[in-house]
Amino acid sequence: MNVIKLILLAVVVIVAAMGANFARDLAYQVHALLIMVVAFGLFIWTLRKSGERGTLPDAETGYFDSVVRAGAIATAFWGVAGFLVGTFIAFQLAFPVLNFEWAEGYANFGRLRPLHTSAVIFAFGGNALLMSSFYIVQRTSGVRLWGGNLAWFVFWGYQLFIVLAATGYLLGATQSKEYAEPEWYVDIWLTIVWVAFLLVFLGTIFTRKEKHIYVANWFLLSFIITVAMLHLVNNLSIPVSFWGSKSVQVFAGVQDAMTQWWYGHNAVGFFLTAGFLGMMYYFVPKQAGRPVYSYRLSIVHFWALIFLYIWAGPHHLHYTALPDWASTLGMVFSIILWMPSWGGMINGLMTLQGAWDKLRTDPIMRMFVISLAFYGMSTFEGPMMSIRAVNSLSHYTDWTIGHVHSGALGWNGMITFAAIYFLVPKLWGRKEMFSVSAINWHFWLATIGIVLYASSMWVTGIMEGLMWREVDDQGFLVNSFADTVRAKMPMYIVRGLGGVLYLTGALIMCWNMWRTIRGAQPYVQPVSQITPAE
Amino acid sequence: MDTYSLLREIADSWVLLAMFAFFIGAGVWAFWPGQRTARDDAAGIPFRNDVVTDASESADDSAAMNKERNYG
Repeated sequence: MNVIKLILLAVVVIVAAMGANFARDLAYQVHALLIMVVAFGLFIWTLRKSGERGTLPDAETGYFDSVVRAGAIATAFWGVAGFLVGTFIAFQLAFPVLNFEWAEGYANFGRLRPLHTSAVIFAFGGNALLMSSFYIVQRTSGVRLWGGNLAWFVFWGYQLFIVLAATGYLLGATQSKEYAEPEWYVDIWLTIVWVAFLLVFLGTIFTRKEKHIYVANWFLLSFIITVAMLHLVNNLSIPVSFWGSKSVQVFAGVQDAMTQWWYGHNAVGFFLTAGFLGMMYYFVPKQAGRPVYSYRLSIVHFWALIFLYIWAGPHHLHYTALPDWASTLGMVFSIILWMPSWGGMINGLMTLQGAWDKLRTDPIMRMFVISLAFYGMSTFEGPMMSIRAVNSLSHYTDWTIGHVHSGALGWNGMITFAAIYFLVPKLWGRKEMFSVSAINWHFWLATIGIVLYASSMWVTGIMEGLMWREVDDQGFLVNSFADTVRAKMPMYIVRGLGGVLYLTGALIMCWNMWRTIRGAQPYVQPVSQITPAE
Repeated sequence: MDTYSLLREIADSWVLLAMFAFFIGAGVWAFWPGQRTARDDAAGIPFRNDVVTDASESADDSAAMNKERNYG
């Protein structure tokens, strides 16, 4: 086995070295060098390890938790990186001077923006999903992860994908598809990693000891399979050269646009919704200490979400070359989607029935609840914005960005933080997080940050939508584009401040994780002596 | 008939019907009265298996244990 690995790695090193030599563009060259170094390091590592026998026994629980631990750290790391870039580009929009002259072409808004979106969605969110799905599928199946070290391949392979994608954006390798920017070779690598992820997950489910497949696994499995399908179809492209990063899309025109937004909306639907609902259906009952409110509702929730989400994509293409029937279809399905979304939210919230007091005492529970509240809010806002008439006002404005962030920061971010606070003490064998009051601080900083973000974007979005369409009595447009930009300035600063608060909360979480993992003893306030009045 | 029209006709008729039937079926199955115990059992899954159970111990045993624990 090791011999095959060594031969394979040697081939990769040689091809990568050739790639670095023949490279037609900078991004490809840097990536070839990176792959060469990684493959060479792995070659040496495999060689040194050859001949050793046996594997290390894992944790006391018997579960494969080391990869989950790595996932928790990676989630926190990429989260901070993504929030930092996001806050910086928010200020770049408010103060264009931050697009530094010396960094032009590498660190200007256009290059950093996809870095931010991919870092938060795929690096932060993706690692949160890897961590959670590996943890949940073991606990709900009653068996260790299938496939041995394949889970480690998935983890490190995914990190390599993130690094390749991120460096590619800065160096200008992009196929210009929103949320699917990586070029062809990065796409192929992600496909390999994703298939391994599917194998690990399915293998664990097939060997399970529980009779029933718990609902969280249904959501997680649908996330893995659908993302694989979306990724393959949306990234159909033909490279111009094997030695260059540029590729040409197979679809063109409106077909390409439709494929892109079928992908784009289902990335939201299956990556950021179905996957995170899988987390919700495990962590919320666990933290509340009671089973989910209605297991039957969760089955209906699952099938309704799966059947409806896949059609909603065309609402991104109102008033375009897309035929009206298609965008109407997308709009209708988006509105119907409101119901299962709220069904799921209610199912999560009602799990607390009889345990509502935990909201007062347990900041982790509070985080889960606020994430569900934001899920409910953005799944109401989304269907509303998909209506053609509303869309004519909201589209291309900051309202869209506000909507995305109330979903991403509120729902995805908050549930991930709560899951980290749930998992870290368990994964490192601690009783609880080092500081409960730091969780409280994180909760309030993040919540106020989101409120600042969302409200400023509503104001600026609706304002600019109204300014764009304003005509005088002669039928001429009243405002130029630059007028709207000037009017938005104060709201852009408020948005940036919201980002600073959110980032600060995440940094506090990292400090708390660090102290917990290092094994610091939680500080317990001594009960002050109560002296009875005399 | 060109491919588009053919696929469109199939999608608008039999596939639509089949998908609706499947969806309604899934909903009915979820609420089928005979499945009640299975649903309750499944809802308790997160509260079992916090450590790897011994191979000899079946899911039924842990279900019984779970009932005693009453979800903590």
